[in-house]
Amino acid sequence: MSSADVASTNGTKPATVSGGNKRVGTIANWADERLGLASLAKKNLRKVFPDHWSFMLGEIALWSFVVLLITGVFLTLWFDPSMSEVTYNGSYAPLRGVDVSSAYASTMNISFDVRGGLLLRQMHHWAATLFVASMMIHLMRVYLTGAFRKPREINWVIGCFLVLLGTIEGFTGYSLPDDLLSGTGVRAADGFIKATPIVGTYISFFLFGGEFPGSHIIPRLYSMHILLIPGLLLALIAAHMMLLVYHKHTQWPGPGRTEQNVVGFPMLPVYMAKAGGFFFIVFGTIALLGGLFSLNPVWKFGPYDPSKVTAGSQPDWYMGWPDGLLRIMPAWETHLWGHTVSWNIMVPILVCPPAMLTILILLPFFENWVSGDKREHHLLQRPRNAPTRTAILAALATFYALAWTAGGNDIIAIKFGLSINEITYFLRGAVFVGPVLAFIIARRWCISLQRHDQEKLLHGYESGVLVRSPAGGYAEKHLPLPLAKAYALTARETETYMTEEQMAESAANYKGRFPKLRARLQRAYFAHTVPNVTVEELHEAQHHAEHELHEMEAQIAAGPNRHGPTQGH
Amino acid sequence: MTDNTHDSTGGELAELGPIPDPGIPEHTWRPTDVDPKAEKRAERQVSAMFGLSAVFTILFVVSYFTFHIGEHWTVWLGHGVSTIALGVTLGLALLLIGVGIIQWARKLMGDHEISELRHPARSDDESREGTLAALTQGLEESGIARRPLIRNSLLGAVGLLGVPAIVMLRDLGPLPGDSLYHTIWGMGTKKHPMRIVRDGIWSPILASDLEIGDLVNCQPDAYKNPQRYGIDPTLVEGTELQVQKAKASLILSRMDPGDIKPGPGRKNWTVDGIVAYSKICTHVGCPISLNERTTHHLLCPCHQSTFDLANSGKVVFGPAGRPLPQLPIAVDDEGYLVAQSDFTEPVGPSFWERNYVQR
Repeated sequence: MSSADVASTNGTKPATVSGGNKRVGTIANWADERLGLASLAKKNLRKVFPDHWSFMLGEIALWSFVVLLITGVFLTLWFDPSMSEVTYNGSYAPLRGVDVSSAYASTMNISFDVRGGLLLRQMHHWAATLFVASMMIHLMRVYLTGAFRKPREINWVIGCFLVLLGTIEGFTGYSLPDDLLSGTGVRAADGFIKATPIVGTYISFFLFGGEFPGSHIIPRLYSMHILLIPGLLLALIAAHMMLLVYHKHTQWPGPGRTEQNVVGFPMLPVYMAKAGGFFFIVFGTIALLGGLFSLNPVWKFGPYDPSKVTAGSQPDWYMGWPDGLLRIMPAWETHLWGHTVSWNIMVPILVCPPAMLTILILLPFFENWVSGDKREHHLLQRPRNAPTRTAILAALATFYALAWTAGGNDIIAIKFGLSINEITYFLRGAVFVGPVLAFIIARRWCISLQRHDQEKLLHGYESGVLVRSPAGGYAEKHLPLPLAKAYALTARETETYMTEEQMAESAANYKGRFPKLRARLQRAYFAHTVPNVTVEELHEAQHHAEHELHEMEAQIAAGPNRHGPTQGH
Repeated sequence: MTDNTHDSTGGELAELGPIPDPGIPEHTWRPTDVDPKAEKRAERQVSAMFGLSAVFTILFVVSYFTFHIGEHWTVWLGHGVSTIALGVTLGLALLLIGVGIIQWARKLMGDHEISELRHPARSDDESREGTLAALTQGLEESGIARRPLIRNSLLGAVGLLGVPAIVMLRDLGPLPGDSLYHTIWGMGTKKHPMRIVRDGIWSPILASDLEIGDLVNCQPDAYKNPQRYGIDPTLVEGTELQVQKAKASLILSRMDPGDIKPGPGRKNWTVDGIVAYSKICTHVGCPISLNERTTHHLLCPCHQSTFDLANSGKVVFGPAGRPLPQLPIAVDDEGYLVAQSDFTEPVGPSFWERNYVQR
């Protein structure tokens, strides 16, 4: 089809200069003479972005952050971060006359006496939930597809800190209303701080301005929540995006996609429209969630009172896994020379989450150390083609999921009529056994999927055509994959693992630390990866497929005539 | 995989795998590219979505002024209409813009895939050498390497500037002192031992008021009658009251006196089978409240630490490391339950300086 058939007003035609463009030109000239942006804009306006659904996950995080900023600014107009006592006299009758803090009273005011206030509060909270969730799924996508490899390791580290900051931002935010649920969380946080060896009690007294709960914690959390952490988040997000632009986005292997290019749509207009449109979709979805689904109904919890608590007290979801570890940790406390060492709090809260963050940050550097790969990588890998990497994430995710489950052990016990003691004992073992099992299963699974790919490449895909042989047997015919698909499947490096001699040689040649351990890990990491099909295998398979196709055609041509009803009977 | 000593330019990958790269697939025209009717239809769809979005934005404003909130809020099917109407109209107004723009991009904007060359992340050798030369020259001219005295004294002085930033934090709060070792229960006098009152009702309790199996949430009488104990009333007001409650909250439970296994020296800490324990969990400080009447077990709803009230508050399950502190109680002249003294150990979560009291 020639381009002469293209519809007249379509964007693929060169634009004709009109009056409107002249005005744009004048403005652009004015700006460029002062800012000199043209050289930068020239490079970036038609910058290419590849297309894939999984590249959208980070965008959800980015846009929820923007929604958080917008709704947050509105909330600051009415919220009063003070713990001074006032008598609630607002519209919510059940609490009228109750002494509450100004923070709680102003949250109630936003919820019941400001039109759209409850919507804003719920949108802010839903956006926060979505922000952390999408960051974590984005992180898993980046890891599983190998997008963290050189030159993107620094962006991976920035991303890990964004998850950490997002989590802290969430905690400082949901603690602000000073309701019974969030106050219980702050109470526990005070317990965590006090469990810190040597300096814990002092940090607690300084942070709370005296004994818990005091009158300072809410204003202090507030300044962290609306100034310090958002500032850091903004700076890191800016750096994250700038590096993304500089490195150019990774892409999936496929026809025409190489390590040296990036194939996709230009930023102006297509990508800008898609990303910009997606902002409105995220914003709109959050507005619907905020309008239709109740989240954090502080009026049901009531104001914070250190003598009260409610069963089923749970933090926001992203705080669930340390809380779960806290629940299943054995009651170990050591008392030495008049001092208390609270292992029961330190291990799940002060050791495990920082250790998890450290592991996350180190993942790219670990893999790189093991592989010794010094090249840049811009083509993504399917999770199955890196079985050990995928298995490592499976193990980490299983640990996370089990710890998170433990955070709801009381809810599980009630909903399923189980003994909370037995759930706790089970999870104590499961957090150790589960990740190991997950590692083994995920690795074997990946290898099976690789074999399946190989099978498809060499024997074709299942066509759904059943053929009966002259002997009476039935068989399904396999047809060769289309070229583009076959290319996408085979456009990967063959990772061979080393023999014993090569291992010894590699260890001898490696000048870094632990050469033997590294050689052994290298073998373990890349062993059993199904090698890529070879040219010879493909040729043979092609030959075989052609032969089969001929046979099938012959059978189809011959079949019905021989066995069907003869004409003229 | 063997060691790869390729340079970092990202190149040298002639072929990926056994099949030669077929190249970027040929562009296929969409219906909207070749059929003016389809093009017009897509144009109408997109602008209709933008138009509908505007309608919902107006409906948002209308809902804002129409539906009441506050005391006489507009209810529909049991829901507050204002929040739902505002959320749905705003959500749809935004979603329609988003879907419209994406439809525009997919159906009407050019969809030719283009390819752009990547550049290696590293700078070219010339820039690197130039930078290194400039850096060396600059450092050389500053003489920072040749004058260690200047360099080290500057580093020391700037480093020391961190100290004021840390010192300034000192006045964030008072030092702990021994405040964690005391509660308001200890402020009773010989004449007026601290009475135990029901939380929320604030009435003193006669031993005979409790039946076996009862569990009562209690507080010290000082909150309502500070003058009786000679306590400054500001100590039990506002946030100060919260601080007191965070330490002094108490649980009373009555059980068959025969069930109680008193710890050493605790024989006379109970009154007719009534025991008193701190309500604040020794794990991270949640108030404990779930009572299992037949076993005398008390469960913390936060992390499920379980304490045996018949046996000195010992931990029978969960992550708490220490028994619940027990309050020695007695009755005063009028027969009301009172505290004999303060708790004999700090209540609430553990902290580093805490001296362990062996039971």
